[in-house]
Amino acid sequence: MEQYEPDRLSAAQVAAMRRSFRNGRAALTRRSLLRASAGGALAVGGGGALSGCGIPAAGKTQGGVSAEDHSKEEKTVNFSNWTEYMDVDDSGRRHPTLEAFTKRTGIKVEYTEDINDNTEFFGKIKPQLAAGQDTGRDIIVLTDWLAARLIRLGWAQKLDPANLPNAFANLSPQFRSPDWDPGRAYSYPWQGIAAVIAYNKKALDGVEVKTLSDLLDNPKLKGRVGLLTEMRDTMGLTLLDMDKDPEKFTADDYDAALARLQKAVDKGQIRRFTGNDYTADISKGDFAACVAWAGDVVQLKADNPDIDFLIPDSGYMMSSDNLLIPNKARHKTNAERLIDYYFEPQAAARLAAYINFVCPVDGVKDDLAKIDEDAANNPLILPDRAMQAKSRAFRSLSSEEETVFEEKFAKLTGA
Amino acid sequence: MATVTEAPPLAPAPGTKPPRRRGRWTPYLLLLPGLLWLLVFFALPVIYQASTSVQTGSLEEGYEVTWHFATYWDALSEYWPQFVRSVLYAASATVLCLLLGYPLAYLIAFRAGRWRNLIMILVIAPFFTSFLIRTLAWKTILADGGPVVGALDALHVLDVTAWLGWTAGDRVLATPLAVVCGLTYNFLPFMILPLYTSLERIDPRLHEAANDLYARPSTTFRKVTFPLSMPGVVSGTLLTFIPATGDYINADLLGSTDTRMVGNVIQSQFLRILDYPTAAALSFILMAAILFMVTFYIRRSGTEDLV
Repeated sequence: MEQYEPDRLSAAQVAAMRRSFRNGRAALTRRSLLRASAGGALAVGGGGALSGCGIPAAGKTQGGVSAEDHSKEEKTVNFSNWTEYMDVDDSGRRHPTLEAFTKRTGIKVEYTEDINDNTEFFGKIKPQLAAGQDTGRDIIVLTDWLAARLIRLGWAQKLDPANLPNAFANLSPQFRSPDWDPGRAYSYPWQGIAAVIAYNKKALDGVEVKTLSDLLDNPKLKGRVGLLTEMRDTMGLTLLDMDKDPEKFTADDYDAALARLQKAVDKGQIRRFTGNDYTADISKGDFAACVAWAGDVVQLKADNPDIDFLIPDSGYMMSSDNLLIPNKARHKTNAERLIDYYFEPQAAARLAAYINFVCPVDGVKDDLAKIDEDAANNPLILPDRAMQAKSRAFRSLSSEEETVFEEKFAKLTGA
Repeated sequence: MATVTEAPPLAPAPGTKPPRRRGRWTPYLLLLPGLLWLLVFFALPVIYQASTSVQTGSLEEGYEVTWHFATYWDALSEYWPQFVRSVLYAASATVLCLLLGYPLAYLIAFRAGRWRNLIMILVIAPFFTSFLIRTLAWKTILADGGPVVGALDALHVLDVTAWLGWTAGDRVLATPLAVVCGLTYNFLPFMILPLYTSLERIDPRLHEAANDLYARPSTTFRKVTFPLSMPGVVSGTLLTFIPATGDYINADLLGSTDTRMVGNVIQSQFLRILDYPTAAALSFILMAAILFMVTFYIRRSGTEDLV
């Protein structure tokens, strides 16, 4: 009875609810299906209509397709980003870092928060990109596995290093060369997302956890452990826990890790697999411990002193959301200047102070300390060298691997 | 129904001309928006889905129609447990909705008096917030160590439900019981509203007549009220059962790995695994299964002309 605290929702919970609200029911939109059917199958009539609507193959133009660059005449750039992923002033309507950029360069930023979910957004831009058309966006922000897919499909443009001096100089070493974009030819990270283990001290009630194995095996935690539905984070941490390298693992290693999790699921150790909504479970104490995203943990910890995190000795998973310029974007140079701007320490510090994810820019500490001393010393926002050394990325997958791995993982989660 | 009599068609008065030709197309024009709506938002998506379900390929190579019907069989043999579970959960939720909704609808229709409007508003009030928020609220209600779970535990109800396999240990969340509770709660108004409409139409004089003929209240209910409310029962159960079978939010938020329903499978096939043909085949199997069950149900309840 003593665990029940009907307090008001924390900022992180509200954000998570809002995110899951958008991801949940909006995720199964019929928009993409409709567009395809309206274009392809107006000829109704039995089998003829059925075979009329296949999905065309993705174009394969390595290096991306540029449109004529209108950056000089049109001083504007269209920036599509995730919701609540940008600094705002006290009124909540203006974005100080974007305004500072416009003031300095004269380039107006059309900022839209229209990305709520990687898969949903992919469905939205796929028809235009596949048909070789402009998406109307100059910068998009995608999580690395989807960024990798866009680059693989030849739908992202190669960046011009001459326009990105700050980005080249200040990019943090751990983000320098992902295997899906060696040397960052097509993308730069917007924010890093660390997957770590979070726990609720009160709910643990003295049980000691140090590794993922403790979560999977300790009978005292039966039915009170949460894992993420994000395959790469959950499987990556499991691989690390089994001394396998998520950057180099084989299909056999993957199956072994899956079998390990399956055993825990069969025992009833795992309460459920969650998206962002785990924040409510861990703060109420329904989860004693779970795999969690560092950005959320920073928020949760601020609202509830019982919540804390741990980094297993074996390491933690790091993924990132990345800035990309899609094919046929009209303002490529302007977009590159905006990307470069966010790699200046001052702008990066202002952003980091507001959104609490892992900052991918080096040399931010002094500027961040001026705004928020605690944030500057928080290893979840600015990882120190020791912490950076423990970070691992999930290796990029071929599309066949992706399908097989996702399917196996989905079976593990019950669907 | 005794009170409703069809008005006889108006016979043309002698000496007037038959209606002019101009009006002949009016009914069709009036139907046009509805037909267009059906075409664009139902027929075309269904055709598109049917096509997708017999395609093979991948995102890179593109998808082509190869009439690969094996997808259906593969999908069914792989995911039949989720199908069975969906039907089971939806049926349990529908029965619970009927048991909870009928007395309430009866109360509103016959006994509520001046409170009628207020109670109706209370029934509809949850719809003012989003489906998702309502479901999330159940996570707070059923939280481990919360008052509800504490009370059930103290009364040893949880021992019984755990023995039946409805709950696990001393928790309710992340168990089948939580999912069925969520489904029941979320679809209850869809049961109450049609029940209320059909009960409200019953002429109270029929009750008086039954009373005059020495029928006990229970007999009156069995012989008069319930049969007359059958249209409400049928449409209420359909409105509850059909969406509940395809629902995935409740299983996602209140359930665990062993409570996944077919909606969850379709969602993950469409959005995570990107296996569009399997997802489309699953959707079609679900649609066919529901159609079959509903037809059977309407036949059995003998209300084809009432729904």
